[in-house]
Amino acid sequence: MSEGRSPLFLERQGYRGRRLVDFLRILPLIGGFLWAVPLLWRTGEDSSVTTSEAILYIFGVWVFMVLISAVVAFFLRRSGLNVERKDG
Amino acid sequence: MATMNILVAVCLVYVTFLFAVAFAAERAARGGRGGWLRSPMVYTLSLSIYCTAWTFYGAVGYAARSGMEYLTIYIGPTLVMIGWWWGLRKLVRIGRTQRVTSIADLISSRYGKSNLLAVGVTVLAVIGTTPYIALQLQSVTLSFSVFADAADSSGALADMDSTALLVAMGLTLFTILFGTRNLDVNERHHGVVIAIAVEAIVKLFALLAVGGFVVWGLGGGVGEMMARIDASELGHWQMRGDRWASLIFLSAAAFLCLPRMFQVMVVENDDEGHLRTASWAFPAYLMVMSLFVVPIAVMGLDLLPDGANPDLFVLTLPLEMGKEGLAMLSFIGGFSSATSMVIVAALALSTMVSNHIVMPIWLSLTGSGAMVSGDVRNVVIMARRFSIAGVVILGYLYFRFSGGGAALAAIGLVSFAGVAQFLPVLLGGVFWRGATRVGAFTGLSVGFVVWVYSLLLPSFGADVILSTQILEEGLFGLSWLRPQALFGIEGLDPLVHAILWSISLNGLSFVLASMVGFPTPLERLQGAQFVNVYEHSTTPQSWSGNAAQSEDLMIMSQRILGAQEAQALFEREARRQGVSGYLPDTSPDFLLALERALSGSVGTATAHAMIGQIVGGASVSVEDLLAVADETAQMMEYSSRLEAKSEEQARTARQLRQANEKLQQISVQKDAFLSQVSHELRTPMTSIRAFSEILRDSERLSEDEQVKYASIIHDEALRLTRLLDDLLDLSVLENGQVNLNIQQGQLSRILDHAIASALTGNGQEGIRIERDTAQEAVVLHTDLDRLSQVFINLIANARKYCDAQAPELNIRVELREDAILIDFVDNGSGISKNDQEVIFEKFARVGAMRAGGAGLGLAICREIMARLGGSVSYLPGQGGAAFRVVLPSS
Repeated sequence: MSEGRSPLFLERQGYRGRRLVDFLRILPLIGGFLWAVPLLWRTGEDSSVTTSEAILYIFGVWVFMVLISAVVAFFLRRSGLNVERKDG
Repeated sequence: MATMNILVAVCLVYVTFLFAVAFAAERAARGGRGGWLRSPMVYTLSLSIYCTAWTFYGAVGYAARSGMEYLTIYIGPTLVMIGWWWGLRKLVRIGRTQRVTSIADLISSRYGKSNLLAVGVTVLAVIGTTPYIALQLQSVTLSFSVFADAADSSGALADMDSTALLVAMGLTLFTILFGTRNLDVNERHHGVVIAIAVEAIVKLFALLAVGGFVVWGLGGGVGEMMARIDASELGHWQMRGDRWASLIFLSAAAFLCLPRMFQVMVVENDDEGHLRTASWAFPAYLMVMSLFVVPIAVMGLDLLPDGANPDLFVLTLPLEMGKEGLAMLSFIGGFSSATSMVIVAALALSTMVSNHIVMPIWLSLTGSGAMVSGDVRNVVIMARRFSIAGVVILGYLYFRFSGGGAALAAIGLVSFAGVAQFLPVLLGGVFWRGATRVGAFTGLSVGFVVWVYSLLLPSFGADVILSTQILEEGLFGLSWLRPQALFGIEGLDPLVHAILWSISLNGLSFVLASMVGFPTPLERLQGAQFVNVYEHSTTPQSWSGNAAQSEDLMIMSQRILGAQEAQALFEREARRQGVSGYLPDTSPDFLLALERALSGSVGTATAHAMIGQIVGGASVSVEDLLAVADETAQMMEYSSRLEAKSEEQARTARQLRQANEKLQQISVQKDAFLSQVSHELRTPMTSIRAFSEILRDSERLSEDEQVKYASIIHDEALRLTRLLDDLLDLSVLENGQVNLNIQQGQLSRILDHAIASALTGNGQEGIRIERDTAQEAVVLHTDLDRLSQVFINLIANARKYCDAQAPELNIRVELREDAILIDFVDNGSGISKNDQEVIFEKFARVGAMRAGGAGLGLAICREIMARLGGSVSYLPGQGGAAFRVVLPSS
């Protein structure tokens, strides 16, 4: 109706960019969830999880998060989606 | 002893190196070669001031005491960085569009530019940061003492207080040198940022070196190290779930709210795109920083004697193993983490203190506020310098009187919980338009009080400030007011308890008070600006005043921004409005741009108040309120189109009005001039005729009389010739038929000549001339005679029209990249705004002309300068009449 409204469908490039941003948005939630897993472990002497396993898990999640963010950042740059675009 | 001397020498070399790096970066930035200074990697590295000495030394101690819990401190910021699209991006955008100078500035600006709120945030930030600075000084001091013990010398540097004092003084000096060099915070501190980026690399390298030595040198490889960890007392997963979750939350909150983090993350940010890189690079940095912590802790517990301070394992482990070089490297790493934190924290806090506390007090003490005389810039810079020194000294005093020790080691988290009180107000302000100033104030106060009562005071220990009785039975014997079991909920970890209550009560009271109250129009405007920053990154029209005098505004801004920048700003704005000269109309747009520029130097609230003083009256117009009320997309678009149209019309109308006024004035002048010229021509003509008739008709004239009459005729003829010469000169110049005689010459020589010719030859009272001969040593390549003619005219005008008791003419020369500026400023009463517009017209005469002349001088000057490729114009706001000659530099 009004000419000012954004179009209903986006071209492929813009569409990809937006889904990338959606993914970017849920990334911290994924990270928060993965790092909350240690809350489920039993603690103390009878813990079945040794510290070395805990280190491997926590740092594993860390490396994973860094890699995923780097990949997203790379594609975000390539998608040409302006960081300064009008999107809250 | 030898080690000690080497250590001091290494420290000095390192500090000198930092100075050199910062200095080189400043120079490169000023020379316009600073592009690489602002790469995403430098931005990422500068964020690493999050890792202070508390990280470098303390993380190992933390791990030795409580196992894997130390990781929470780095997981929180990692989540914030990975979720940059949610929060950081918006903060950075707001910081850039609103020209925010600190977290206090952001909060005060969001809530209706309230200075009271800014003061509150500043005080809270200072209280939260001081112990943290003390912690850094302590860690440097302790690490020195480790070497002193190893060298077994009780002589030099045994007095640790003096070590801390020396370090504090050195840091103050560095921060003042590179942090207060330029006033406009938005110009950013290249030197400081580069220095902390270098320090980030140094501390990472040092920690990795120690870690590598421990794992491969002592532990015998990764697999063996892992086995050793499992066999140690840290071998089993032990974690309090409540602490794990709430510490992750706390460190994430502190990461956003710490004044020093806000400084590097938002204020020093140059490009939003840098966040994209930092979003993965900074988590990677944090991960690597915390990678070797547990191995070092386990190895330290294993190999070092019982009772060794685990906070210093990073240093004592290599030292014990006889690796002095590695220990030295580790020392430098800890030293750089401590120094970079103190530098940036002092910088951020001093901006807040000087903008929100010192400047408002100074303005109100000097009475008439923004209109007082004197350079405000010096006051601001001095205020910043004293604030930096004050903040560091405060940290030093805290260190002295708390006696160091264990009380300080725990203070890191206490400090975090303090600054985390900003979080509800910060997030609420950025995401919720309903947040109000009253709400913010209530929330902050409640959170602050709960934090002090339940965490800060008990952290000093029982009976230091809070008595055991209060701790066990509650304030006034009310059991539900026990500091560590509020509302009767017992058994929680004290830190978790304090975070839970302070943040939740803070948030709740903030939301409730916001809902109950009603915001002022300015708050609502700012709220819309912040929350919808992506929709309208354009400006709110918050000024409506035509009563303001551009000249007053110019005088004020010259003192804050400096003459050069203020003049450039005014000229640019004037051109944008389609007005010539240096004085734009005081349109809302212009006032807003000016406010933004000023707020970069003195903070939003102060800038708003200063302009308010000059413009006077309300700052919100009816249209603005409509803009708040009407938010449908069509309305916004329609009105913005209308606005653009009406703006264009207004601009055209302004130009037309100006042209019309000028035409009318010129026509009046022309009439006046014609009668003047006929008068000027007739008077000499009459006397020439009269005296020549006498000479012709009278027979009995004496010799003397004949000579006298003849010389009168001669003088009058000369006067006529001069007048006609001027007219001819002007018409030749105007028609462009003039031939330029291009020569080389020294500017100072031309000025000497011009002054000599303008001031000699008549016995009138003299004018004192001030010059800066050093600046005048410029070689010009132009028509020197014509240029000299312009100078003579300007100097002669000053002599004739300057009405001061002791007339004085100041000739200032300034070299720009593309031009040479020569200002002639006298100390008289100047030229009124109406006259400024016509003085360069032909036949213009200002006021009652006492000194005669046909009013052609300035018109000729203007034509000459146009032929020479430059210009001459009136420069308002200099305290007297001022003319600026601009020459293109050859």
